Amino acid sequence: MANPRNRARPLSPHVFHYKWGPHMLVSIVHRATGSGMATVGTILLVWWLAALGGGEASYAAFRAWFATDKGLNPLGWIVGVGLTLAFFQHLASGVRHLFLDEGALFELKRNKWTAQLTMVFSVLVTAAFWFVIWSKTHG
Amino acid sequence: MGDGTSLGRVRGLGSAKQGTDHWWHQRVTAGSNLALMLWFVTSLALLPGYDFATLGMWLASPWAAVPMVLLVLSVFSHFRLGLQVVIEDYQHDSTRVVLLVLLDYFTLAAIVLAIFSILRVAFTATTGAPA
Repeated sequence: MANPRNRARPLSPHVFHYKWGPHMLVSIVHRATGSGMATVGTILLVWWLAALGGGEASYAAFRAWFATDKGLNPLGWIVGVGLTLAFFQHLASGVRHLFLDEGALFELKRNKWTAQLTMVFSVLVTAAFWFVIWSKTHG
Repeated sequence: MGDGTSLGRVRGLGSAKQGTDHWWHQRVTAGSNLALMLWFVTSLALLPGYDFATLGMWLASPWAAVPMVLLVLSVFSHFRLGLQVVIEDYQHDSTRVVLLVLLDYFTLAAIVLAIFSILRVAFTATTGAPA
């Protein structure tokens, strides 16, 4: 199935020959966040739901991995912030993709600043989300 | 290109008449993901606490259990389409086929386990509000 390359034909330049820009970063990050959520996120969501369905003891066993009585432990913070940041980035980048599908946002400046905007959005909303959670347990 | 034989035309043009299904379904589920995941994240942020009783009572309500089942169906079919593209881009030969089959098994198992768990909470909760 792997096609042997016809050496008489030229190759397009490899990705590293292009000048790196925010649009390229957002593009590969969209794929990385999607793949991460599809694997780690799915396993955690299903585990969480199954633990809730299993009753109080099974939920306590799930919770002990990520939290103590005082709140989230380091693993809980890494997984929690990681997944929410990935989610909000994928969300913003996905909405941008819907505009791209319509043929919009391909002008160089708009393409660049909307790519940057998705990153600003995901960081701000992730911070706001965790501030709400944190102030509930510490406020 | 001449008309050729039927087989030759299929090999040359290759269309199975479903070329846009994958692309379109990815967009349709993106839209429902947007609504359902924003509901889910907001609901979690608004909960008074994250202990078993609070979460169980929340998920036992039809207002949470039904959107949660919809979320699982929408999000999991979206990631199945996405991971399929990732596998097709980076894996070749027989590895690709094996991974695509495993992806289908993984997705279906995750969907069934998730929905079973949601319904288990919804149908067995004793702390929920009276019907």
